[in-house]
Amino acid sequence: MTAATVAAPSARPAPTRRLSPAAGLRHTGTLAWRSLVQIKHNPMELLDLSIQPVMFVLLFTYVFGGAISGSPGEYLTFALPGIIVQNAFFATMTTGFGLNQDLTKGVFDRLRSLPVARWSPLAGRIVADTVKQAWSLTLLLGVGMILGFRLGNGLFGLLAAFALLLVFSLAAAWMSVLVGVLVSEPDKVQIFGFTVIFPLSFTSNAFVPTETMPSWLQHWVEVNPVTILANALRGLLVGGPVAGPVLQSLLWAVVIAAIFAPLAVRGLRRRL
Amino acid sequence: MTFAIRAEGLVRRFGATTALAGVDLEVPTGTVFGLLGPNGAGKTTAVRVLATLLTPDEGHATVGGYDVRRDAHQVRQLIGLTGQYASVDENLTGTENLLLIGRLLGLSRRDARARAAELLAGFQLTDAAGRAAKTYSGGMRRRLDLAASLVGRPQVLFLDEPTTGLDPRSRNDLWDIVRGLVAEGVTVLLTTQYLEEADQLADEIAVVDHGRVIAQGTPEELKSKTGGQVLTVRPVEAAHLPVVLAVVREVTGATPEVNQTTVAAPVTGPGALPAVVRRLDDAEVQVAELALRGSSLDEVFLSLTGHRAEDDPADLADTADTLEGSPA
Repeated sequence: MTAATVAAPSARPAPTRRLSPAAGLRHTGTLAWRSLVQIKHNPMELLDLSIQPVMFVLLFTYVFGGAISGSPGEYLTFALPGIIVQNAFFATMTTGFGLNQDLTKGVFDRLRSLPVARWSPLAGRIVADTVKQAWSLTLLLGVGMILGFRLGNGLFGLLAAFALLLVFSLAAAWMSVLVGVLVSEPDKVQIFGFTVIFPLSFTSNAFVPTETMPSWLQHWVEVNPVTILANALRGLLVGGPVAGPVLQSLLWAVVIAAIFAPLAVRGLRRRL
Repeated sequence: MTFAIRAEGLVRRFGATTALAGVDLEVPTGTVFGLLGPNGAGKTTAVRVLATLLTPDEGHATVGGYDVRRDAHQVRQLIGLTGQYASVDENLTGTENLLLIGRLLGLSRRDARARAAELLAGFQLTDAAGRAAKTYSGGMRRRLDLAASLVGRPQVLFLDEPTTGLDPRSRNDLWDIVRGLVAEGVTVLLTTQYLEEADQLADEIAVVDHGRVIAQGTPEELKSKTGGQVLTVRPVEAAHLPVVLAVVREVTGATPEVNQTTVAAPVTGPGALPAVVRRLDDAEVQVAELALRGSSLDEVFLSLTGHRAEDDPADLADTADTLEGSPA
């Protein structure tokens, strides 16, 4: 080992007292880069982000399409916004999964021992997961358009839908963070994802119209955030009522964040 | 003398368990300080408090003159931490791991890249630089972890069980690296369960058990603390064992331990060795081995804590998590 180069503590400037907010944003950017560059060495994750959404679109369209809507093309128009919502919910689980991995493997401790903004490890992860969301959404819409899905409100509707989805995902990510700090190992985050998100997304009008369900179930389906967000995306991407569902979606986002963000932050503090 | 680390009356509880029950430490700048103790003794908790990861419930501590609670941000600019679990990101390459730390420390892209290359070369990781850390061997991963904690040229380095689980060669390599760092002026606080490791590296050792420092001193001081020396005698013929046993018991006044055909007993005075030689000669007992040696740190540890350093693992497994404070 070449002595002078490896350590030499004297070469370091005197410590500063405080971090600027700009430095915190820079840390967030660096940590987001870290989460994204991981995909390069973990191709399974890319597969997860890419194949699963495409598979869902194809399966739902061609297997259920005829039975539910009479033809695959018509069903696609109805179901694609729903598939997008379900996929977004599942995608938020990666935030909790990654966070739990960092906590159990000691990476989080390493990051916290550095002079970085305290909020940047979490923020970096969420930014990276937002990018992943955007990728999945692009893929879903791309495949949908190839199969015949048409945008009813043009580019503006598309951008608005994307913005709404991101706002909602940011709020839902707090649920994932809470699970991530509560469970003992990363795999348990995925188990939670399946046992909660699957029923949540199926007891909605994401894939089938509400009318055919038993009436007791309809009451829940009407208020299920998946239903409401799916309705909002239908309005923005296909056409139909927009203002009501969008407002209700935002309301749900606020409620979810207000409940789960404090719980998640408290859970994280207790865990450290 | 200046102190890189000072702690006074550190107390930290986790629910009903007290991981630190009033720990005082003083580590002179540029030295290696060893925290020695079994699993669950509170070593990791002490490191986490000093590295600003945990706040103490009572007491206070400074690192490089900065208070770990009030001036945590300054402390973080002075320290490097290598945790009990290799805390590199397994899904990043060696280079990416070091780039990440460099960028977080505010280095420009170019400087971070140069620093990463320099450290990888220094730790013989250049060939593996482009591979994901999950493909590394245990020794390589530990070297990368250490390199990551050195990106910012820390003044104080915390090594929490740096060689646990490493094979002897990798362990020796890591020891050499630590010695090199100290030669460059880095202050090192090391926790270990291995007495040999503390003996090899540390200028001063604090023995920790149940959240308290139960003994402190240089390795030599600690060894002499427990009464100093051990006399061992092995007769040529096993038949002479009872005679040897009687002689040793009489001269040392202690109850000797018999291990196969070797008789061992602690001695205090300087006259024991010649007396034993004389008496055995009179009894016409031929001796194959006769030795006086300082007690090992193992024996020191046993006499201080009443149990061996590597205690019954089943017994420790359930206490380790709660005491070390990371429910993982």
